[in-house]
Amino acid sequence: MTTGSIHNRDAFLNRIADRLGRNRVRSAPMLERLHRPELDVYKDFSQDELLSVFKNACQNIHTDVYETTAEALGARLSETIHALGGGPVVCGADPRFREYGLDPVLEEEEVFIWDPSLGPVNIEKAAAANIGLAFSDVTLAESGTVAFFHDKWRSRSVGLLPTQSIVIVPKHTLVPRLTQAVQNIEKRADSGEAVPSYINFVSGPSNSADIEMNLVVGVHGPVRVAYIVITDR
Amino acid sequence: MPMKIGDKPFKERVKDGVQQTFARRAVAAAQDGLRERKLNATERDEALGDWETWRRAGEEIRRHTLENLDYYLEQLSENFAARGGHVFFAETAEEAQQYIQSVIKKKNAKRIVKAKSMVTEEISLNEALEEIGCDVLESDLAEYILQLDDHDRPSHIVVPSLHKTKENIRDIFREKKGYSRSEKPEELAAFAREQLREAFLQADVGITGCNFAVADTGSIVLVTNEGNANMVATLPETFIAVMGMERLVPSWEELDVLVTLLCRSAVGQKITTYVTAITPEANNDGADGPKDFHLVIVDGGRSKALGTEFQPILHCIRCGACVNVCPVYRHIGGHAYGSIYQGPVGAVLSPILGGYEEYGELPYASSLCAACTEACPVRIPLHELLIKHRQRYVAGAGHPPAGEKLAMKAFAVGAASPPLFRLAEKLAPAVTAPLKDGDRIRKGPGPLKPWTDIRDFPAPAKDDFRKWFKAHKKEKEGGE
Repeated sequence: MTTGSIHNRDAFLNRIADRLGRNRVRSAPMLERLHRPELDVYKDFSQDELLSVFKNACQNIHTDVYETTAEALGARLSETIHALGGGPVVCGADPRFREYGLDPVLEEEEVFIWDPSLGPVNIEKAAAANIGLAFSDVTLAESGTVAFFHDKWRSRSVGLLPTQSIVIVPKHTLVPRLTQAVQNIEKRADSGEAVPSYINFVSGPSNSADIEMNLVVGVHGPVRVAYIVITDR
Repeated sequence: MPMKIGDKPFKERVKDGVQQTFARRAVAAAQDGLRERKLNATERDEALGDWETWRRAGEEIRRHTLENLDYYLEQLSENFAARGGHVFFAETAEEAQQYIQSVIKKKNAKRIVKAKSMVTEEISLNEALEEIGCDVLESDLAEYILQLDDHDRPSHIVVPSLHKTKENIRDIFREKKGYSRSEKPEELAAFAREQLREAFLQADVGITGCNFAVADTGSIVLVTNEGNANMVATLPETFIAVMGMERLVPSWEELDVLVTLLCRSAVGQKITTYVTAITPEANNDGADGPKDFHLVIVDGGRSKALGTEFQPILHCIRCGACVNVCPVYRHIGGHAYGSIYQGPVGAVLSPILGGYEEYGELPYASSLCAACTEACPVRIPLHELLIKHRQRYVAGAGHPPAGEKLAMKAFAVGAASPPLFRLAEKLAPAVTAPLKDGDRIRKGPGPLKPWTDIRDFPAPAKDDFRKWFKAHKKEKEGGE
């Protein structure tokens, strides 16, 4: 591991302590939270109820949602790829494609699977692709958000560079909101696990309202996004 | 671009602003639209529960973080460096510039892509990098437009190009980039996408700001809609994040609350399209993502607010909700503030960061209606801080002209004592007579002057109130 470095810290932090009129704080201060409204949002909702919240939220973010069973997933995926105009398609090297029996679809659609050993070719493939394909790691019902814990196999470029994006959402990944996703990240960090270097919460296609406040869908990232929810997993 | 925008005095900037008809209409429409969207995503969103409770949650998190700022900055830097990142603490803009220049020179890098960041504007980073021969490209759509238009200045902290029409933008693209399509926003945005895509792929260094840093994992969180910040943090080999020293949270649990407050208050979205957390991975042997990580933590005058009555302004999360409800901003626009930070937050923050000599008049750019305080998602008492600035300004900070000082002092003394107040009331018509035009004061002295050019102050009545009331009462009694 390359060694990190820290410059000018003491003078900087001493000045802060000085301004605050006390010595440096050396042990973890207690944050007493008297208000925790985030814990009550969609509290005790079942997975079915969360799915309905999720579908509702997707209507506001210009994102199509398809529902399917694990068994029909392959056919649904092929259909969705064709509906978006077909390949080229890229995806991360994610073991879930095999777990969900999607190898034949990846083969048939000639999907390029990210391979770090190939170097810069990966980025060229992703930048030239029509569709990027990925599984959601955790899914936020409140806002129609899919989230990815990226690593070198499940790369960040796949969801970013292709013109369109298809995300597969196993129903069990649904949680009420960001609150539960961060609890999960915090738990992993507390247990000593390294936090993924790139965690990305994505809610539909990229967009901008910078021109006279008109919403334009599709700026730098994908211009169109479809979610496929697996309702029995 | 430095914090200061333009060299004209405040008075003239206000005049310029008031006369820009399109910009005034655009600002009014944008304010109305954003305010409505914010209400729908906050007070009116029943699923969220009580919005006031959310605001209190935000306030208690921000207060705690600032009270223990040294501890959390130390923790952040430890965790960022433990993953192989480099942390530089910069007291001044110059120190920050020099460090970033040195990183870039060492790599012999030329092509820089940037995502929108107010703090890099504040420290004039683009100029500093151009000075050493770099091509610096802004990638946020609004910032890209401003940069192409010979470095025009931002007029809103969330929507920097608010003052431009789509026809303006079409013409800028035509003149600078040979654009040949129409003024439709979709076509303009598609053109920017094409132009910038190649630049992202070619870039050596990516520079972003930082919406929030998470102390307990050493992560930098970016909150965006366009996806440009993701490009900046994915394609170049070197990643540099620049943060104002107050922009951090203890852990992910507090991040949740503040991201929620920010997205809903800024643009009325439940969450923005991208919320992205980047944590250094110096041994990254993948085919994308940076391999070299730098975090520059900037004081830049912020510590002057610590331990003072102005400390709460450092709680600000830059959502712009106060700007979107401000009646003064509505009428004068962003450029009149002469600072990259506009509206109520700008009028409180700019004098702290840039001094009273430069920005001492800005706290008068307020009617003290308190709409800003009510809109603030972390409950910063903005209008009270504006009054505190005025008190300091009048007491001599930034050295206002002696006449003004005397006038304001006389008012303070007079208003504090009932007999004197009555005397002052009686004298007021005589004193203000030369300024009056009917029942309005149209030619205010000193700090009043720029304002009375656009907004008349009610003049004291010829008869003072008590005399009028007595007569009125008598009349009524007589009539019954």
